[in-house]
Amino acid sequence: MLSIKNLKVSIEDKEILKGINLEIKPGEIHAIMGPNGSGKSTLAAALSGRDYASVTGGSITFLGNDLLEMSPEDRARAGLFLGFQYPVEIPGVSMVNFMRSAVNEKRKYQKLEPLSSSDFLKLMREKKEVVEIDSNLTNRSVNEGFSGGEKKKNEIFQMAMLEPKLAILDETDSGLDIDALRVVANGVNKLHSPENATIVITHYQRLLDYIVPDFVHVLYQGRIVKSGDKTLAYELEEKGYDWIKEEVIAG
Amino acid sequence: MNVDVKLIDTKDIFTRLFNENRDAIFSGSSEYVNTIRNKALEEFVRAGLPERKNEKYKYTPVNEYFSKDLQHNFSPKKIEFEVAELFRCDIPELDTRVILVLNGYYFNPLQELTTLENGVVFGSLRAAANKFPELFAKHYSQYAVYANDGVTALNTAFAQDGVFLHVPKNTTCDKPFQIIHLLMSNEAQMVHHRNLFILEENSEAKVLICDHTLSSHEFLTNSVTEMYAGPNSNLDLTRVQNEHNRATQLTNTYSHQMQNSNVSSNYITLHGGRVRNNVYVNLAGEGAHNNSLGLYLVDDTQHVDNFTYVNHLVPNCTSNQLFKGILDENSTAAFSGKIHVWKDAQNTQAYQRNNNILLTDTAKMNTRPQLEIYADDVKCSHGATVGQLDNDALFYLRSRGIPYKESMHLLMYAFAHAVLSEIKLQPLRERVIELVDKRLRGELSHCNNCKMKCQ
Ligand SMILES: Nc1ncnc2c1ncn2[C@@H]1O[C@H](COP(=O)(O)OP(=O)(O)OP(=O)(O)O)[C@@H](O)[C@H]1O
Ligand SMILES: [Mg+2]
Repeated sequence: MLSIKNLKVSIEDKEILKGINLEIKPGEIHAIMGPNGSGKSTLAAALSGRDYASVTGGSITFLGNDLLEMSPEDRARAGLFLGFQYPVEIPGVSMVNFMRSAVNEKRKYQKLEPLSSSDFLKLMREKKEVVEIDSNLTNRSVNEGFSGGEKKKNEIFQMAMLEPKLAILDETDSGLDIDALRVVANGVNKLHSPENATIVITHYQRLLDYIVPDFVHVLYQGRIVKSGDKTLAYELEEKGYDWIKEEVIAG
Repeated sequence: MNVDVKLIDTKDIFTRLFNENRDAIFSGSSEYVNTIRNKALEEFVRAGLPERKNEKYKYTPVNEYFSKDLQHNFSPKKIEFEVAELFRCDIPELDTRVILVLNGYYFNPLQELTTLENGVVFGSLRAAANKFPELFAKHYSQYAVYANDGVTALNTAFAQDGVFLHVPKNTTCDKPFQIIHLLMSNEAQMVHHRNLFILEENSEAKVLICDHTLSSHEFLTNSVTEMYAGPNSNLDLTRVQNEHNRATQLTNTYSHQMQNSNVSSNYITLHGGRVRNNVYVNLAGEGAHNNSLGLYLVDDTQHVDNFTYVNHLVPNCTSNQLFKGILDENSTAAFSGKIHVWKDAQNTQAYQRNNNILLTDTAKMNTRPQLEIYADDVKCSHGATVGQLDNDALFYLRSRGIPYKESMHLLMYAFAHAVLSEIKLQPLRERVIELVDKRLRGELSHCNNCKMKCQ
């Protein structure tokens, strides 16, 4: 589904990602962990097509297409979804209009008719239940005045609305209370299927108790320095990153 | 009578124009109005039109506009005019009382003044001046101060007609009034016209003004609107400016507010070559509240300049100004907002904001807040921004599959929304929102609903 080969990414002429390799198949859940500043969000930015993350080398293939040739909106319509670490507030753009545009753009891409008003509202209702999001929130402007946790829930709500093939969730767990964490994880699990894949970027093993990964990767200084199964997450939780850093230095 | 003049020096030219056409200009106006006319011309000759060195008109060289070779009419032109055939206003489905003004003259061949059952009178300003001399003595030219103001002085000297509205005490107007200013000519033309709205104590009215051009010629309009809001009255004014790129429009709107009155005025500039809006507010009675808002959407080489003067004369009044603009291509715009709080005007609250988005490197915005505060118990704030659309927000929308152009549109619309949401009349608000939406998509031309198709 997704194939990243020797990906190099710079921000303002500083090389942040120094050759990432990653293969993701349908049905898989990958967790990416790593210390602050190691480049996790930069990877997400490059995947979603953010212009400040300039790709200086390597390739990304997504469902057979050269992802790097595609605009951010085309990537989204092809089934890529980024749950932002810091969702943006957009005063004046209502959640309803925003989601209606997004859903219908995707349908257009799939050569389907736009949803009727009533079908759209029905879809909104259904998906709101999946992520247990307050109706008041979806009646407001996009993220405007939402609490940190509400913003994260809203990311999962959007993901539920758009049913992506590949979702990248960048620290969707941070800022969530215990109940919200469970709700968000349940939402992700409900949406998961053998046809789609998920990348969860997180600092905490706790999330991985709910969303059980098939693979765990450690990103450090712009490289994936270690990969393993879910037990790697426990090891990190217990021992921190020092031992990995030492391994890297030892080469 | 139509006169062609080559304009060189505006003082000389307008004096000559005035004297040569005295009979035509004075005919039909009331004696009172004509007396003021003479004084206003004198003041015009003394003060002159503002030039570039005038701080107030720094970004809008008004004197140059008036130096152009334009035609004048001192009596309504005989245009065989079937309005319904020529023109559909952009705001059609509204249930309003439509008042047409053609080239500055009230246009209703059947009736110059209409009196409604509840006592509300509306119609031709000129006819009203003759019929209601006491009302004119009390209000006409009382708020539109022409001293030291060449632009208003010129209007006061030359304007012959326009719209009069009188709402008696304790009366609420059943429907909004929709005044449609139409410009139509076969030559380049200058137009002066004048409106007077009087809301007596505890009355209420909503007025929509639409400014349109119906022929492709160059136009220069200099209009004055005087509004008296009596104690406890409520006046809601929305002005939608939609003229073509060869038209220049100066509006001078004066609100005089008595105690506990509420006036809200909203200037939506969709289109126009050069537009200057002067918004003057006198908070003259305690507990009065004023809202002044504006939205200007400019592209090409258009120029829009909004100037406000909110005058807190007495204690316990509040005012709120919000002007927003989106500038594209090589357009220019300016905002200059003044809040003046007099020494006795304690417990004043006065706010002002001006936010602008530049879509290109070549668009240019000048913004200047000016505060003069002499009272000490005052809550006052002002803020001005000039920037680009929020890149993070743009990416957020695109990352959900919404195309670049549509995302830009959503953000521009969102930016404009704060002004539009203040339009109180719901069907009007929705209609204006639609217009702005079209304008932002580049689908609105001033000619949209005009069948002349002159360009
Ligand atoms: N927009 C930007 N401009 C300049 N530098 C940036 C920008 N975004 C990221 N960086 C830099 O790139 C490096 C990697 O940042 P990134 O956000 O990818 O880290 P991260 O692994 O997601 O960290 P965290 O766990 O704190 O979220 C950091 O040194 C950061 O300062
Ligand atoms: Mg990050």
